[in-house]
Amino acid sequence: MPAKGYVEIFVEGCKGCNLCVINCPTDCLALKTSETNSYGLHYAYMRDEDNCIACQNCAVICPDAAITVYKKAS
Amino acid sequence: MKEGYKLIYQKPKTLRKKRMHYCPGCFHATTHKLTMEVVEELGIQEKTIGVCPVGCSVFAYDYMDVDMQEAAHGRAAAVATGIKRMHPDKIVFSYQGDGDLAAIGTAETIHACNRGENFTFIFINNGIYGMTGGQMAPTTLEGQKTTTSPYGRDPKKVGLPLKMCEIVSQFDAVAYVERVSCNTPANARKAKRAIKKAFEYQIQGLGTTFIEVASNCPSGWKCTPEESLEWLKEKVFPYYPLGIFKNPEEK
Ligand SMILES: Cc1ncc(C[n+]2csc(CCOP(=O)(O)OP(=O)(O)O)c2C)c(N)n1
Ligand code: SF4
Ligand code: SF4
Ligand code: SF4
Ligand SMILES: [Mg+2]
Repeated sequence: MPAKGYVEIFVEGCKGCNLCVINCPTDCLALKTSETNSYGLHYAYMRDEDNCIACQNCAVICPDAAITVYKKAS
Repeated sequence: MKEGYKLIYQKPKTLRKKRMHYCPGCFHATTHKLTMEVVEELGIQEKTIGVCPVGCSVFAYDYMDVDMQEAAHGRAAAVATGIKRMHPDKIVFSYQGDGDLAAIGTAETIHACNRGENFTFIFINNGIYGMTGGQMAPTTLEGQKTTTSPYGRDPKKVGLPLKMCEIVSQFDAVAYVERVSCNTPANARKAKRAIKKAFEYQIQGLGTTFIEVASNCPSGWKCTPEESLEWLKEKVFPYYPLGIFKNPEEK
């Protein structure tokens, strides 16, 4: 079954604070520890694309508004 | 966009594209975002005037895409008073740190509240002077170490931390006072609702509206953003409880 939602994270806008990661109820997000953006910061990405429930928690908590959320059209 | 999906959240258009200079995880950024979401939702971008302080948020005018006026340190409430009196049809807010609002600007804050000036305070209380390198503020907690209280704040010498919501809610002319935070998605949603209510009460002309954000300063507190959330829960909220202190709907 396709996921209920997915998010896009603006890599250059992310500061790697990790707040989205710890606030995702389905543990979909992680910091890319092997790569950095041009500011030298590890950025968040969708680690698991199958379990996003489009709850927007990550977008609400993200200080830098780096997250866009999409929901499955019903 | 992937096929079969629809957009449900994006950065508000009232927040400029420019990258904010705040440290990772800083609630200044969260509060800018939430305030601008409210401005977008209420459709008041052309009618809103903000007053920004001296402190980390001194460049707030670069990020929030509404008319903004910079005030000298601590003077935002006086400047906002002048703007609102000249433009009573505009939605006016001051955006101030704790050093700005509750130290150098205490007189302006108290008297604007006592006069019931019809604008909204957005008060970022991170218990420290973030911008200047982490000095003790009037709001620094008892025992909290800062660069100017290296052994921890000693109330015998400098008093206990000032509780601004508790103080300003005593004034008859103040309409609405709430302390919020952005430490969880639920609390950030509540913070946004509080800012929205404050702007709506201001539009109704009810008097001063005062929103305190129990905020963080990972850099000044010398911790990670995640650790700052723990500090808020364990140390800040017991002394600075979240909630509504004055509600015009209960009058
Ligand atoms: C008249 C004056 N006195 C002192 C300063 C130095 N100064 C700059 S910001 C600041 C305090 C900022 O603390 P706060 O208002 O809590 O803002 P934060 O950076 O924590 O958000 C001080 C004392 C100044 N710029 N002008
Ligand atoms: S929308 Fe909810 S489930 Fe999806 S990534 Fe964000 S926090 Fe996780
Ligand atoms: S909350 Fe925002 S800035 Fe922080 S890691 Fe997640 S996407 Fe990056
Ligand atoms: S010094 Fe503190 S208040 Fe200033 S931007 Fe950094 S974390 Fe935020
Ligand atoms: Mg401060």
